[in-house]
Amino acid sequence: MSALLIHRLHFAFTVTYHYLFPQLTMGLGLLIVVLKTLAMAKKDERYDHAARFWARIFAINFALGVVTGIPMEFQFGTNWSRFSKFAGGVIGQTLAMEGVFAFFLESSFLGLFIYGEKRLSRWGHWWAAFLVFLGSWVSGFFIVMTDAWMQNPVGYAVMPDGAVQLTSFWKLMLNPWGLWQYAHNMSGAVITASFVMAAVGAFYLLEKKYLESGRIFVRLGVVAGVIFSILQLFPTGDQQGRMVAHHQAATLAAMEALFKTDTGASLVLLGQPDVEQQKLDNPIQIPKMLSMMTYRRWSAEVKGLDAFPKENWPDNIPLLYYSYHIMVGLGTIFIAELLVAAFLLWRGNLFNSKWMLWILMLSFPFPYIANTAGWMTAEIGRQPWLVYGLFRTDQGASAVVTAGNGMFTLLGFMGMYLFLGILFLFLIRRELEHGPQPVEAR
Amino acid sequence: MGTLWFVLVALLIVTYVVLDGFDLGAGIIHLWAARKDYERQMILRAIGPVWDGNEVWLLAGGGTLYFAFPQLYASSFSGFYLPLMMVLWLLMLRGIGIEFRNHVEGPVWQKFFDALFSVSSMLLAVFFGAAIGNVVRGVPLGPDGYFFEPLWTNFRIGPHPGILDWYSVLIGLLAFAALTSHGALYVSTKTEGSLQQRAHRTAAWSWWSVAILTVLSLVASLKVRPTVIENFRLHPWGWAIPVIVLGSLFAMFYLRVKQNDRVAFVASSVYLASMLGGAAFALYPNVLPSSARPELNLTIQNTLSGSYGLRVGLAWWLIGVVLALGYYIYLFRLFRGKVTLPSEKY
Repeated sequence: MSALLIHRLHFAFTVTYHYLFPQLTMGLGLLIVVLKTLAMAKKDERYDHAARFWARIFAINFALGVVTGIPMEFQFGTNWSRFSKFAGGVIGQTLAMEGVFAFFLESSFLGLFIYGEKRLSRWGHWWAAFLVFLGSWVSGFFIVMTDAWMQNPVGYAVMPDGAVQLTSFWKLMLNPWGLWQYAHNMSGAVITASFVMAAVGAFYLLEKKYLESGRIFVRLGVVAGVIFSILQLFPTGDQQGRMVAHHQAATLAAMEALFKTDTGASLVLLGQPDVEQQKLDNPIQIPKMLSMMTYRRWSAEVKGLDAFPKENWPDNIPLLYYSYHIMVGLGTIFIAELLVAAFLLWRGNLFNSKWMLWILMLSFPFPYIANTAGWMTAEIGRQPWLVYGLFRTDQGASAVVTAGNGMFTLLGFMGMYLFLGILFLFLIRRELEHGPQPVEAR
Repeated sequence: MGTLWFVLVALLIVTYVVLDGFDLGAGIIHLWAARKDYERQMILRAIGPVWDGNEVWLLAGGGTLYFAFPQLYASSFSGFYLPLMMVLWLLMLRGIGIEFRNHVEGPVWQKFFDALFSVSSMLLAVFFGAAIGNVVRGVPLGPDGYFFEPLWTNFRIGPHPGILDWYSVLIGLLAFAALTSHGALYVSTKTEGSLQQRAHRTAAWSWWSVAILTVLSLVASLKVRPTVIENFRLHPWGWAIPVIVLGSLFAMFYLRVKQNDRVAFVASSVYLASMLGGAAFALYPNVLPSSARPELNLTIQNTLSGSYGLRVGLAWWLIGVVLALGYYIYLFRLFRGKVTLPSEKY
């Protein structure tokens, strides 16, 4: 294994694992604010119990998000030092802003939110919940903006020493790629939280315990889920796709396994790309749909991989293709599933429809998969560039860190994360067991 | 501009050490000073609402360092690869040690997490001290501005130093002693009863090791890097720093004997700040000296980011830090005073 591959795996493994936690906390942060608001608006204690229950789940997730997040900040320097030197003049801004604006906010008010309910007024505690939510979304913003600059570099100049420096702060902050990516990403996080909340509610209803809380969870999960899974497709997903088409045409071709340039290109639903033969096995396609979606014309020309030099093709086309199709396929299924659930809820039949509760309960892993696949699409799609069109991945890794040292710490992280994962599952199971009872009854 | 950011990054690091220092110190004395379950819960309560925020000063310091001195970040983080990864693992274990201990009732579970919290706090204190030792001693920088150090070589100061040598181990021990004393004073101010008394006694005997190690480390620093004295010659006002170090050290002693641990804790904070401030003062304008060839030193000039970015950054940085200080003052006021049990369980 080359040192470069180890450094790539190192980052990929730690970031993929890390993002299992923030996607829930960012979404849950919003849903907890909704619960606290409902509790105050309806003057209904049950929503307070629900908020406290989810705050406990939130706290466990948040702790793991923090401890697995710190290595991300470090790895730019430890494993990708040549990239850090190259890009520090620009992405140093967004990364430092995350620390200064988001982390302080989150960490200060999380303590208050978790430990301080009795010390604060009802409004005070609502504000603590809101500021924790705000902090986690601000944090997401700066990280997505950092990635967006790597996807679509703006507002910079290359200096004589070869490094880039910022020339326009607002261009960096308002990178159009980043704004859509942020909306798409945050909506994805709310979907994860909605599915998890609905699944826990469905579980309680099927187990016939904590029925009142169970109904609140299912109701909020389904309503938030249906809104955000539609937003996920339109406008955010649609616009994100057009950004890729506009700025990373080679990536779009690889995502769709479009080997040859085509007018009236079809949208692939199914099929296995064969990169050696440059074709797609057993394809199921919708004719002309890709042209329509990308350029809003049925006969528009979509560039295939043959239009780009081979050294600029993403270096793992099958994985990119599958990541993208898994994300889109799951996203479509979510909309269908939640529309049915929302319809049943509206008709007042959802809590009696055991089959739907079973589906909701068993669905919660899939948004995690869809979010992960989405990020894999973005990051594998960016290859072979670290900064698209500017700086290649093989130029960025730390030259001084050998494969042996990299492997040592990669294995260390794997062991550590296995331990954390087991601990996490154990603690979450306990919280589910305890359930959303009032504190005194525990 | 470069000097300004040098000072700001140094201030962030000092803030981090003073703040996270007391919860690291609380971790160091956790197993010893808190014997009974409720005492250990008191320690965790005393740091519970703030430890995570304290750690954020490290992230903010790291982020600001990257922002202002990208080349320094790239070079030092890859060069100190192994110890940094271990610091990460320790930070993880410590974080879950604190957060997850009280999720399950039961002596085995809780003892395991107490040990995790305490041992990782001890090792972190030593690692952070050794890191400062490495910076003061210098690292084997190449002409490209990069270096790599194995964990140790032969424990001597030479052309091929490791992370650990006699000097960095000495500074590691000093950090261990100083944070033990710092944490003991914090716990003593925040608690009552036999826990408070044990913390107070820990502060008493750890003071002696701090005092002895401080003197030893100052002598050793002069031997390892004789040039540390130069800035003091150039700018004689710098002599105020060692005077403050000694003054705060004696104040710690005197105030503790007077049973005023609260102000002794402030003195300990001043001690930590002036020690680190002295190191930064002696280094300036270097940010990471070379152990062998001074012409390869990383300096403010050759690692600084672009001037437009730094100017923009100053605006949002000041806003952000003022906000952060606001949260902090609010939080510390809200949770001021002694911690009490039974706890408001969440």
